[in-house]
Amino acid sequence: MKSDKVIEIDHLSYDYPDGTSALREVQLEVFRGESVAILGPNGAGKSTLLYHFNGTLIGNGKVTILGLPLLKENLKEIRRKVGLVFQNPDDQLFCPTVYDDVAFGPLNMGLDLEKVRYRVERALKMVGLQGFERRSAHHLSEGEKKRVALATVLAMDSEILALDEPTDNLDPAGSQALIERIRQTSQTKVIITHHLALAIDLCNRAVFLQAGRKVEDLPMERLLENRALLERFGFDADFIHWIYERKRKIKKN
Amino acid sequence: MRHEFLDHHSGLESPIHHLDPRAKILVFFAFILIGVSTPPHGFVIFILLAGGLISITRMARLPLFHLVKKLLLILPFLLVITASIPFMKKDTVAGGYNLGLGGLSLSRSGLWILWNVVVKSCLGVFCIILLYSTTPFPHLVKGLEKLGVPKVFTLLLSFMYRYSFLLVDEMHRMKRARDSRSFSRRWFWQLKTIGHMIGTLFLRSFCRAERVYVAMLSRGYHGAMPGVSLERFGSGEYLFIAIVPVLLFLRFFLG
Repeated sequence: MKSDKVIEIDHLSYDYPDGTSALREVQLEVFRGESVAILGPNGAGKSTLLYHFNGTLIGNGKVTILGLPLLKENLKEIRRKVGLVFQNPDDQLFCPTVYDDVAFGPLNMGLDLEKVRYRVERALKMVGLQGFERRSAHHLSEGEKKRVALATVLAMDSEILALDEPTDNLDPAGSQALIERIRQTSQTKVIITHHLALAIDLCNRAVFLQAGRKVEDLPMERLLENRALLERFGFDADFIHWIYERKRKIKKN
Repeated sequence: MRHEFLDHHSGLESPIHHLDPRAKILVFFAFILIGVSTPPHGFVIFILLAGGLISITRMARLPLFHLVKKLLLILPFLLVITASIPFMKKDTVAGGYNLGLGGLSLSRSGLWILWNVVVKSCLGVFCIILLYSTTPFPHLVKGLEKLGVPKVFTLLLSFMYRYSFLLVDEMHRMKRARDSRSFSRRWFWQLKTIGHMIGTLFLRSFCRAERVYVAMLSRGYHGAMPGVSLERFGSGEYLFIAIVPVLLFLRFFLG
């Protein structure tokens, strides 16, 4: 199991065209079935790293996704296998109706209409939005938009889900609903978030970025014991412990 | 926020709303063509065309008064362009009306031109209002595409539709932010701010366009927008299209 690497990143650096250095010598390996939380302050390079998973950005260094090196000729194959959900759902949902948006990926994959219809139906069911096919994105609430954005990649049957702040801008009920939907997906997941409760809930591993460098990479349980690290990144360690213990007790009962 | 300006009525239920968008586009296009090609003194045809449009409005269960109010929106533009024609045009043959105000005279042919422009624009715009009030925008775009409008245009239209709402929201947010920090109500002093706002809006739209394109690429976009097929073209559609030969008959035998 452990040997099945789905993402391999070796000495990856990336500079934005204006000269800002966003990533410096980042090393990361993600194995099949893992859920990895990427944490860190604003501007640490989290999104930039995520954009390398499907070749939205191509930096200096070696990136291998599911055994395929990140090169121009592999992009089509890689994008089919990595479902990237952007932070702002208004960027992700560009079609006139929800159906068209969810169908966009499968249609581009060349599936026939019958299969596309089935995939759209299944993806919308997975995010709990059956019957929304004919609605327009601008008539949806923020939480519904986020769920449709997730459905657009679920419909593609990607092997890896890369989510950029999935619960950003959502109210507590909306983010809880979305967390439940994400939990039910079986893919390998990489999730950028500032929401530590989500990371604890969904992920078994935490990676910390700071100023473009990877500064920590540890299993989730170890993070919860590491009070100094939590405080260094501005998290309230006592509160997090309290939540974590409570959850564990609830699970035991 | 304020999204009602486009899809206010297009989601209603009525026989007209249920028609295939292609049929509606063809019929309203015929209305416009026949209206425009009618000579200005063809009052009978104008009345019949208006009657036809009003009956369609009734069948579509749309509030006529509301649509007419929308029509009034174009009048200022129309009048700015045409109001001077009757005064500027000089009749060669007698037939003008002298108003006696410093040599100001009203020309009869000028008045005909004014009537011609006003009645035809009103007819045309009313057709467009009726078309988008009875057809959801995505269907309209698909209908145009099926009728052979180049994909570049329909694609642009559908993006414009999708993002016009965000643009309007963004503008309202910026306006609110400005108003909460500015105390002068005089717009003249805010010209500089308005300039900045327009610039910011442009830059934000530009950046958004880049992000949207990346999102499209991420889901396998390779230059062609996958189309979704329209449904049936049944007897109702053919019946509705039958209005076109009737209009043609009116135009050539009554005009």
